[in-house]
Amino acid sequence: MQWLDDRTGLVKLIKSIADHPAAPGVKWKYVFGSAVLTAFLMQVVTGIGLLTTYVPSSGGAYESLQYITDKAPLGAFLRGMHYWGASMMVVLLIIHFLRVFLMGSFKFPRELNWITGVLLMATTLVTAFCGQIVRWDQDAVFGLVVASKMAAHVPLIGTWLAHFIIGGGVVGSYTLSRIFDMHVIVLPTLLASLIGLHVYLVLRNGVSEPPVPGRGVDPATYRSDYHDMLRKEGVPFWPTVVLRDFVFATGVVLVVLLLAWLVGARELGHPPDPSLINAHPRPDWYFWWLFAVLALLPHALENFFMIALPLLIGLVLLSVPLVSNRGERHPARRPLAVAVVVFIFSGIVALTVAGWHENWSPRVNASPLTADIIGASSGPVYEGAMVFNNMGCLFCHTIEGHGGKRGPNLTWIADRLTRDQLTLRIMNGAYNMPVFGRILSTAETENLLDFLSTRKKFGFETGKQQSVVRPSGPLTHAALHASEELAIINSAHP
Amino acid sequence: MKIDDNNEACRSGEENPGRRRFLARLGVAVGSLIAIMAGLPVIGYILLPVSRKMHRQWVSVGPADRFTVGDTVLVSFENPSARPWTGVSGKTGAWVRRVGDGNFIAFVLNCSHLGCPVRWEASPKLFICPCHGSVYYEDGTVAAGPAPFSLQRFRVRVRSGQVELESRPLPFTETTT
Repeated sequence: MQWLDDRTGLVKLIKSIADHPAAPGVKWKYVFGSAVLTAFLMQVVTGIGLLTTYVPSSGGAYESLQYITDKAPLGAFLRGMHYWGASMMVVLLIIHFLRVFLMGSFKFPRELNWITGVLLMATTLVTAFCGQIVRWDQDAVFGLVVASKMAAHVPLIGTWLAHFIIGGGVVGSYTLSRIFDMHVIVLPTLLASLIGLHVYLVLRNGVSEPPVPGRGVDPATYRSDYHDMLRKEGVPFWPTVVLRDFVFATGVVLVVLLLAWLVGARELGHPPDPSLINAHPRPDWYFWWLFAVLALLPHALENFFMIALPLLIGLVLLSVPLVSNRGERHPARRPLAVAVVVFIFSGIVALTVAGWHENWSPRVNASPLTADIIGASSGPVYEGAMVFNNMGCLFCHTIEGHGGKRGPNLTWIADRLTRDQLTLRIMNGAYNMPVFGRILSTAETENLLDFLSTRKKFGFETGKQQSVVRPSGPLTHAALHASEELAIINSAHP
Repeated sequence: MKIDDNNEACRSGEENPGRRRFLARLGVAVGSLIAIMAGLPVIGYILLPVSRKMHRQWVSVGPADRFTVGDTVLVSFENPSARPWTGVSGKTGAWVRRVGDGNFIAFVLNCSHLGCPVRWEASPKLFICPCHGSVYYEDGTVAAGPAPFSLQRFRVRVRSGQVELESRPLPFTETTT
């Protein structure tokens, strides 16, 4: 030991770190940072394992993933660990981040702890996204197409950037290898360096003491107060603090093992063939909120949301400790900070739920309306329902549980709209609905109107044969006239 | 130049701070030069192929008489830029419609919004994007949803009975569109 320390100096260094006094009261709230490190190390180790069989070529990756998932001993389990390890790392990062923010731990002298932390968070998310692409199935291919299309929105260099991400004009020969390079070499190296810096800063500046209301941070006296407090009340880092970290880290690993065993990794999709059309790219769950933002944002503001907003969020996060590095740390004395967290956090939860439901997507495989729902098996009502089934109405509109949710639910539409109003909407379409006046024949429109007119909660009961009173003449004159006028307005303002 | 640790000048840092500073800057400069010399070829290797324009080439997608007038069908072809290791990822798809005897239209699969593959729905004669619900009429013009412009097309020609498409990059990676 003495020899080793004489030659390296490491034994004394490690001992001094283990023995250094830490702030008292540092309890279970402080275990998340080291848990993120545990999750990162687990990703490195499981990643090294997967690398022994994964083939990073556009043509070979999918088969090697199939092999890992279906044939390789422990392959599916290892993939599961890597998948859930990534989820775990993101979750723990967010908890750690919230803890640090709410307890004001980013204030003097820990500004750079926070800034390296924000960089770590961003790098982790990019690495996780690249990991989803390296799972090279059809969703990965189109996920990358979507990401590079977003990058193409960057002013001036957008096209070039999209070209760079894909590695050419089309997804193919050079795409996977460069994302793979990012995922296993560039970003992990960056992560490891940032983690090193972050941990060094934590040791240098000491773990922040739990905040006390009324006792703010004053840069002039903070350091001497902190060291006085450590001398008087400090607890040894080892074992008092570290032991909790170890217990929690063990729990983290066990949960990942359990999830890998019981749930497993996300299923491998269709082959990575850009000419197949049954793709429905959807990121892993921790990106659903972003996925929802992209779908729900006002489309005129796409450039802002895709490019300016992420940059703005990054800048705001980086500048937090520069703007406010002194004063109260306790959340009870920082109502605005708490309100911001509650607001953003509930927003992200709501968007994640929206991303899970994904109501904005047309249901291209919706099951057709049955005769039971239609309430007829022949005649105009039935024919109209067939128009509804076959002309794509069902993709976006629900009737009694069948169909998509992109457009309004039409189960009781006849209670809300008259036949003329229905005619107007069908003939003219809307921002999110094609102009069906171009698509349907007069007979089809009439039948469809007959069918929709039976969708009444009061008056008609579905499930019975119904007769329909059709207004005289094909499409009432008023409706047709109005629809022509609207069509003119529409064409004047495309 | 002889480098000698005992050289009087080397130990005179305190008396000669200007020299110290100069050597420190020189060290940084030489270090940066080394990094640039080693790094430039690497950066060039990564960037040069990317900035090159994609080679366009006519590719056959099958005999013309296999296409029925009025039908819109999905075809796929191996992109000319594919390499031996590209596998199925080197394929490109297109919606091809025969509109007259020797007259064909071919649409790019990628939605003009975010690039998801659009589906052709034959009964309403609409292209529908499953991602964010953009809809296009049969001529590729926007019918509904967030799509900012029409579906892009491939150039098509018929050569000795074969329908040929001109391979092209994804619309948003092109500076010309």
